[in-house]
Amino acid sequence: MKPEDYSRRQQELAGWAISIETYKLGDVYHCSIANVDPGARFARADGSTREEAEARALEKAARYLAQTRRFGP
Amino acid sequence: MSPTSLPDVLVTTEWVAKHATDSGVRIVEVDVDTTAYDQGHVPGAAGWNWTSQLCDTLVRDIVPKKTLEQLLGDTGIDNKTTIVLYGDNNNWFAAWAFWQLKIYGHQDVRLMDGGRKKWLAEGRDLSTDVPSFGKKTYTASEPDLSLRAFLPEVQEAMKRKSASMVDVRGPQEFTGEILAPPGLPETCQRGGHIPGAKNIPWGKNCNDDGTFKDVAELKAMYAAQGITADTPVIAYCRIGERSSLTWFVLKHLLGFDRVKNYDGSWTEWGNLVGAPVEKP
Repeated sequence: MKPEDYSRRQQELAGWAISIETYKLGDVYHCSIANVDPGARFARADGSTREEAEARALEKAARYLAQTRRFGP
Repeated sequence: MSPTSLPDVLVTTEWVAKHATDSGVRIVEVDVDTTAYDQGHVPGAAGWNWTSQLCDTLVRDIVPKKTLEQLLGDTGIDNKTTIVLYGDNNNWFAAWAFWQLKIYGHQDVRLMDGGRKKWLAEGRDLSTDVPSFGKKTYTASEPDLSLRAFLPEVQEAMKRKSASMVDVRGPQEFTGEILAPPGLPETCQRGGHIPGAKNIPWGKNCNDDGTFKDVAELKAMYAAQGITADTPVIAYCRIGERSSLTWFVLKHLLGFDRVKNYDGSWTEWGNLVGAPVEKP
Protein backbone atom coordinates (compact mmCIF):
# COMPACT_ATOMS: atom_id res chain seq x y z
CA MET A 1 0.00 0.00 0.00
CA LYS A 2 1.09 3.54 -0.63
CA PRO A 3 0.75 6.07 2.17
CA GLU A 4 -1.62 8.85 1.12
CA ASP A 5 -2.22 12.42 2.18
CA TYR A 6 1.22 12.67 3.83
CA SER A 7 2.01 15.88 5.67
CA ARG A 8 4.64 17.13 8.07
CA ARG A 9 4.51 20.51 9.80
CA GLN A 10 5.82 22.29 12.85
CA GLN A 11 3.95 24.28 15.47
CA GLU A 12 4.21 25.26 19.11
CA LEU A 13 2.41 23.35 21.84
CA ALA A 14 2.55 24.23 25.53
CA GLY A 15 5.65 26.32 24.88
CA TRP A 16 7.56 23.65 22.99
CA ALA A 17 8.24 23.32 19.27
CA ILE A 18 6.78 20.10 17.92
CA SER A 19 6.47 18.44 14.54
CA ILE A 20 3.32 16.67 13.44
CA GLU A 21 3.49 13.90 10.87
CA THR A 22 0.26 12.44 9.47
CA TYR A 23 -0.54 9.99 6.70
CA LYS A 24 -3.32 7.67 5.66
CA LEU A 25 -2.70 3.97 5.19
CA GLY A 26 -5.72 1.99 4.05
CA ASP A 27 -8.68 3.45 5.92
CA VAL A 28 -6.71 4.72 8.90
CA TYR A 29 -5.01 8.05 9.49
CA HIS A 30 -1.85 7.76 11.59
CA CYS A 31 -0.48 10.80 13.38
CA SER A 32 2.72 11.03 15.36
CA ILE A 33 4.18 13.96 17.23
CA ALA A 34 7.85 14.61 17.92
CA ASN A 35 9.69 17.34 19.77
CA VAL A 36 11.72 19.44 17.32
CA ASP A 37 14.72 19.36 19.63
CA PRO A 38 15.96 16.68 19.89
CA GLY A 39 13.48 15.15 17.44
CA ALA A 40 11.97 12.28 19.42
CA ARG A 41 8.49 10.91 18.73
CA PHE A 42 6.58 10.95 21.99
CA ALA A 43 2.88 10.80 21.12
CA ARG A 44 0.82 9.14 18.45
CA ALA A 45 -2.79 8.32 17.65
CA ASP A 46 -4.96 6.93 14.89
CA GLY A 47 -8.30 8.09 13.54
CA SER A 48 -10.72 7.73 10.68
CA THR A 49 -9.99 11.30 9.59
CA ARG A 50 -6.89 13.50 9.67
CA GLU A 51 -8.56 15.84 12.15
CA GLU A 52 -9.48 13.03 14.50
CA ALA A 53 -6.02 11.44 14.47
CA GLU A 54 -4.26 14.78 14.98
CA ALA A 55 -6.61 15.95 17.73
CA ARG A 56 -6.05 12.72 19.66
CA ALA A 57 -2.29 12.86 19.23
CA LEU A 58 -2.12 16.53 20.19
CA GLU A 59 -4.17 15.88 23.33
CA LYS A 60 -1.70 13.20 24.41
CA ALA A 61 1.26 15.38 23.49
CA ALA A 62 -0.03 18.29 25.56
CA ARG A 63 -0.43 15.98 28.54
CA TYR A 64 3.13 14.67 28.24
CA LEU A 65 4.63 18.10 27.65
CA ALA A 66 2.95 19.44 30.77
CA GLN A 67 5.15 17.07 32.76
CA THR A 68 8.39 18.50 31.39
CA ARG A 69 9.85 20.93 33.90
CA ARG A 70 12.27 23.74 33.16
CA PHE A 71 15.03 24.44 35.67
CA GLY A 72 16.76 27.76 36.18
CA PRO A 73 20.52 28.21 35.99
CA MET B 1 24.62 11.91 1.92
CA SER B 2 24.65 11.68 -1.87
CA PRO B 3 23.93 8.18 -3.23
CA THR B 4 27.09 8.21 -5.32
CA SER B 5 29.32 8.44 -2.27
CA LEU B 6 27.63 6.16 0.24
CA PRO B 7 30.03 4.21 2.44
CA ASP B 8 29.38 0.47 2.63
CA VAL B 9 27.54 0.87 5.92
CA LEU B 10 24.76 2.90 4.31
CA VAL B 11 22.14 2.07 1.70
CA THR B 12 19.61 4.35 0.05
CA THR B 13 15.84 4.03 0.28
CA GLU B 14 15.92 3.19 -3.41
CA TRP B 15 18.31 0.29 -2.76
CA VAL B 16 16.00 -1.03 -0.05
CA ALA B 17 12.96 -0.79 -2.35
CA LYS B 18 14.80 -2.97 -4.86
CA HIS B 19 16.45 -5.47 -2.52
CA ALA B 20 14.21 -5.75 0.56
CA THR B 21 13.21 -9.33 -0.16
CA ASP B 22 16.45 -10.58 -1.70
CA SER B 23 17.75 -13.79 -0.20
CA GLY B 24 20.68 -12.97 2.04
CA VAL B 25 19.21 -9.56 2.91
CA ARG B 26 17.05 -8.79 5.93
CA ILE B 27 15.49 -5.40 6.54
CA VAL B 28 14.72 -4.62 10.18
CA GLU B 29 12.85 -1.62 11.61
CA VAL B 30 13.82 -0.43 15.09
CA ASP B 31 11.95 2.59 16.43
CA VAL B 32 11.97 4.84 19.46
CA ASP B 33 8.19 4.63 19.35
CA THR B 34 7.77 0.89 19.45
CA THR B 35 4.30 1.11 17.87
CA ALA B 36 5.56 2.80 14.70
CA TYR B 37 6.16 -0.52 12.96
CA ASP B 38 2.44 -1.30 13.26
CA GLN B 39 1.58 1.96 11.47
CA GLY B 40 3.15 0.56 8.31
CA HIS B 41 6.68 -0.57 7.53
CA VAL B 42 8.89 -1.45 4.59
CA PRO B 43 7.26 -4.51 3.00
CA GLY B 44 9.10 -7.62 4.17
CA ALA B 45 10.79 -5.86 7.08
CA ALA B 46 11.00 -7.39 10.52
CA GLY B 47 10.37 -5.22 13.57
CA TRP B 48 12.48 -5.29 16.72
CA ASN B 49 11.44 -3.69 19.99
CA TRP B 50 14.36 -1.97 21.68
CA THR B 51 12.69 -2.05 25.10
CA SER B 52 12.27 -5.81 25.18
CA GLN B 53 14.50 -7.36 22.51
CA LEU B 54 17.62 -5.21 22.35
CA CYS B 55 18.49 -5.03 26.02
CA ASP B 56 18.73 -7.17 29.08
CA THR B 57 15.25 -6.85 30.59
CA LEU B 58 16.40 -7.64 34.13
CA VAL B 59 19.78 -5.98 34.55
CA ARG B 60 20.46 -2.63 32.87
CA ASP B 61 22.70 -3.85 30.08
CA ILE B 62 22.87 -4.47 26.34
CA VAL B 63 21.21 -7.55 24.93
CA PRO B 64 22.83 -10.76 26.25
CA LYS B 65 24.67 -12.87 23.67
CA LYS B 66 22.28 -15.82 23.83
CA THR B 67 19.23 -13.58 23.54
CA LEU B 68 20.68 -11.86 20.50
CA GLU B 69 21.51 -15.18 18.87
CA GLN B 70 17.92 -16.29 19.40
CA LEU B 71 16.50 -13.01 18.05
CA LEU B 72 18.65 -13.11 14.94
CA GLY B 73 17.91 -16.77 14.29
CA ASP B 74 14.17 -16.16 14.70
CA THR B 75 14.42 -13.27 12.24
CA GLY B 76 15.91 -15.60 9.64
CA ILE B 77 19.36 -14.10 9.98
CA ASP B 78 22.59 -16.07 9.92
CA ASN B 79 26.16 -14.87 10.16
CA LYS B 80 26.34 -14.10 6.44
CA THR B 81 23.10 -12.11 6.16
CA THR B 82 23.23 -8.47 5.12
CA ILE B 83 21.20 -6.71 7.82
CA VAL B 84 19.76 -3.32 6.89
CA LEU B 85 18.39 -1.35 9.82
CA TYR B 86 16.14 1.69 9.75
CA GLY B 87 13.78 3.45 12.10
CA ASP B 88 12.13 6.63 13.26
CA ASN B 89 13.92 9.72 14.60
CA ASN B 90 16.55 9.53 11.86
CA ASN B 91 17.59 6.03 12.90
CA TRP B 92 18.26 6.58 16.62
CA PHE B 93 17.48 3.06 17.70
CA ALA B 94 18.48 1.57 14.37
CA ALA B 95 21.94 2.93 15.22
CA TRP B 96 21.57 1.44 18.72
CA ALA B 97 20.92 -1.98 17.10
CA PHE B 98 23.82 -1.41 14.68
CA TRP B 99 26.17 -0.68 17.60
CA GLN B 100 25.14 -3.87 19.41
CA LEU B 101 25.45 -5.98 16.27
CA LYS B 102 29.00 -4.68 15.85
CA ILE B 103 29.74 -5.42 19.51
CA TYR B 104 28.73 -9.01 18.81
CA GLY B 105 30.75 -9.13 15.60
CA HIS B 106 28.17 -9.13 12.79
CA GLN B 107 30.07 -8.45 9.61
CA ASP B 108 27.57 -6.90 7.20
CA VAL B 109 25.18 -4.50 8.86
CA ARG B 110 24.04 -1.21 7.34
CA LEU B 111 21.66 1.67 7.96
CA MET B 112 19.07 2.89 5.47
CA ASP B 113 20.10 6.51 5.00
CA GLY B 114 17.23 8.79 6.00
CA GLY B 115 15.39 6.09 7.91
CA ARG B 116 11.64 5.89 8.22
CA LYS B 117 11.26 9.64 7.76
CA LYS B 118 12.67 9.61 4.23
CA TRP B 119 10.85 6.42 3.24
CA LEU B 120 7.52 7.99 4.26
CA ALA B 121 8.24 11.37 2.71
CA GLU B 122 9.00 9.66 -0.59
CA GLY B 123 5.60 7.95 -0.52
CA ARG B 124 7.09 4.48 -0.81
CA ASP B 125 5.11 1.32 -0.19
CA LEU B 126 4.17 0.40 3.36
CA SER B 127 2.85 -2.86 4.70
CA THR B 128 1.09 -3.79 7.92
CA ASP B 129 1.72 -7.51 7.39
CA VAL B 130 4.14 -9.08 9.82
CA PRO B 131 6.36 -11.42 7.78
CA SER B 132 7.44 -14.81 9.07
CA PHE B 133 10.93 -16.11 8.50
CA GLY B 134 12.46 -19.57 8.46
CA LYS B 135 14.58 -19.99 11.55
CA LYS B 136 18.33 -19.91 11.17
CA THR B 137 21.23 -20.57 13.47
CA TYR B 138 23.29 -17.59 14.52
CA THR B 139 26.55 -17.67 16.45
CA ALA B 140 27.60 -14.33 17.91
CA SER B 141 31.18 -13.42 18.78
CA GLU B 142 32.18 -12.56 22.31
CA PRO B 143 31.38 -8.88 22.91
CA ASP B 144 33.91 -6.36 21.60
CA LEU B 145 34.00 -3.97 24.52
CA SER B 146 36.36 -1.60 22.74
CA LEU B 147 33.17 -0.08 21.33
CA ARG B 148 31.59 0.54 24.72
CA ALA B 149 32.52 2.82 27.63
CA PHE B 150 31.61 1.98 31.21
CA LEU B 151 31.38 4.45 34.08
CA PRO B 152 34.89 3.94 35.58
CA GLU B 153 36.49 4.61 32.22
CA VAL B 154 34.42 7.75 31.73
CA GLN B 155 35.31 9.00 35.21
CA GLU B 156 38.98 8.37 34.53
CA ALA B 157 38.81 10.04 31.14
CA MET B 158 37.18 13.08 32.70
CA LYS B 159 39.84 13.36 35.41
CA ARG B 160 42.81 12.81 33.12
CA LYS B 161 41.30 14.48 30.05
CA SER B 162 42.39 11.39 28.16
CA ALA B 163 39.41 11.33 25.82
CA SER B 164 37.19 13.87 24.11
CA MET B 165 33.72 13.70 25.62
CA VAL B 166 30.89 14.43 23.18
CA ASP B 167 27.47 15.14 24.67
CA VAL B 168 25.03 14.66 21.81
CA ARG B 169 21.89 15.83 23.65
CA GLY B 170 20.10 19.06 22.84
CA PRO B 171 21.43 22.36 24.24
CA GLN B 172 18.68 22.59 26.87
CA GLU B 173 19.60 19.16 28.23
CA PHE B 174 23.31 20.04 28.11
CA THR B 175 22.80 23.18 30.19
CA GLY B 176 20.50 21.42 32.64
CA GLU B 177 17.44 23.54 31.78
CA ILE B 178 15.57 20.30 31.19
CA LEU B 179 16.34 16.78 32.40
CA ALA B 180 14.93 14.91 29.40
CA PRO B 181 13.64 15.77 25.92
CA PRO B 182 10.25 17.53 25.99
CA GLY B 183 7.41 15.04 26.44
CA LEU B 184 9.63 12.19 27.59
CA PRO B 185 9.98 10.94 31.17
CA GLU B 186 12.56 12.52 33.40
CA THR B 187 14.98 9.91 34.59
CA CYS B 188 17.76 11.76 36.33
CA GLN B 189 18.14 13.75 39.49
CA ARG B 190 20.52 16.42 38.24
CA GLY B 191 20.78 18.37 35.00
CA GLY B 192 23.92 19.52 33.25
CA HIS B 193 26.78 17.66 31.63
CA ILE B 194 30.00 15.80 32.34
CA PRO B 195 32.72 18.39 33.00
CA GLY B 196 34.71 19.11 29.88
CA ALA B 197 32.20 17.62 27.45
CA LYS B 198 31.51 19.33 24.14
CA ASN B 199 27.88 19.72 23.09
CA ILE B 200 27.47 18.51 19.53
CA PRO B 201 23.80 17.51 19.21
CA TRP B 202 23.19 14.35 17.21
CA GLY B 203 20.94 16.25 14.78
CA LYS B 204 23.94 18.14 13.41
CA ASN B 205 24.95 14.88 11.71
CA CYS B 206 21.85 14.91 9.52
CA ASN B 207 20.24 16.79 6.68
CA ASP B 208 16.60 17.88 6.82
CA ASP B 209 15.49 14.76 4.93
CA GLY B 210 17.06 12.54 7.59
CA THR B 211 20.09 11.48 5.55
CA PHE B 212 23.61 11.89 6.88
CA LYS B 213 25.62 14.91 5.84
CA ASP B 214 28.59 14.44 3.56
CA VAL B 215 31.74 13.05 5.15
CA ALA B 216 33.75 16.21 4.44
CA GLU B 217 31.12 18.38 6.10
CA LEU B 218 30.92 16.08 9.12
CA LYS B 219 34.70 15.93 9.47
CA ALA B 220 34.93 19.73 9.38
CA MET B 221 32.14 20.12 11.91
CA TYR B 222 33.80 17.80 14.42
CA ALA B 223 37.27 19.21 13.79
CA ALA B 224 35.93 22.70 14.52
CA GLN B 225 35.01 21.42 18.00
CA GLY B 226 38.39 19.74 18.46
CA ILE B 227 37.06 16.24 17.83
CA THR B 228 39.51 14.38 15.62
CA ALA B 229 40.83 10.86 15.18
CA ASP B 230 43.98 11.81 17.13
CA THR B 231 42.24 11.52 20.51
CA PRO B 232 39.92 8.79 21.82
CA VAL B 233 36.29 9.87 21.82
CA ILE B 234 33.47 8.93 24.19
CA ALA B 235 29.95 9.83 23.08
CA TYR B 236 26.99 9.97 25.43
CA CYS B 237 23.40 11.19 25.59
CA ARG B 238 20.59 10.28 27.99
CA ILE B 239 20.21 6.51 27.52
CA GLY B 240 22.76 5.73 24.82
CA GLU B 241 20.76 5.59 21.61
CA ARG B 242 21.36 9.11 20.26
CA SER B 243 25.03 8.66 21.10
CA SER B 244 25.12 5.39 19.18
CA LEU B 245 24.15 7.43 16.12
CA THR B 246 27.08 9.80 16.74
CA TRP B 247 29.30 6.76 17.45
CA PHE B 248 28.22 5.41 14.04
CA VAL B 249 29.15 8.67 12.34
CA LEU B 250 32.56 8.95 13.99
CA LYS B 251 33.47 5.28 13.70
CA HIS B 252 31.96 4.23 10.40
CA LEU B 253 31.55 7.38 8.32
CA LEU B 254 34.62 9.30 9.47
CA GLY B 255 36.73 6.23 10.24
CA PHE B 256 37.90 7.16 13.75
CA ASP B 257 39.49 4.10 15.37
CA ARG B 258 38.99 4.92 19.02
CA VAL B 259 35.35 5.81 19.58
CA LYS B 260 33.18 4.42 22.35
CA ASN B 261 29.52 4.79 23.16
CA TYR B 262 28.84 5.42 26.85
CA ASP B 263 25.39 3.86 27.04
CA GLY B 264 25.04 4.52 30.76
CA SER B 265 24.92 8.15 29.65
CA TRP B 266 23.13 10.86 31.59
CA THR B 267 20.66 8.52 33.27
CA GLU B 268 23.69 6.99 34.99
CA TRP B 269 25.89 10.05 35.51
CA GLY B 270 23.04 12.41 36.44
CA ASN B 271 21.83 10.02 39.13
CA LEU B 272 25.22 9.22 40.59
CA VAL B 273 25.82 10.45 44.13
CA GLY B 274 28.80 12.77 44.19
CA ALA B 275 29.42 12.85 40.45
CA PRO B 276 30.71 16.24 39.30
CA VAL B 277 28.33 18.13 37.03
CA GLU B 278 29.05 21.18 34.94
CA LYS B 279 26.40 23.82 34.19
CA PRO B 280 25.91 25.36 31.74
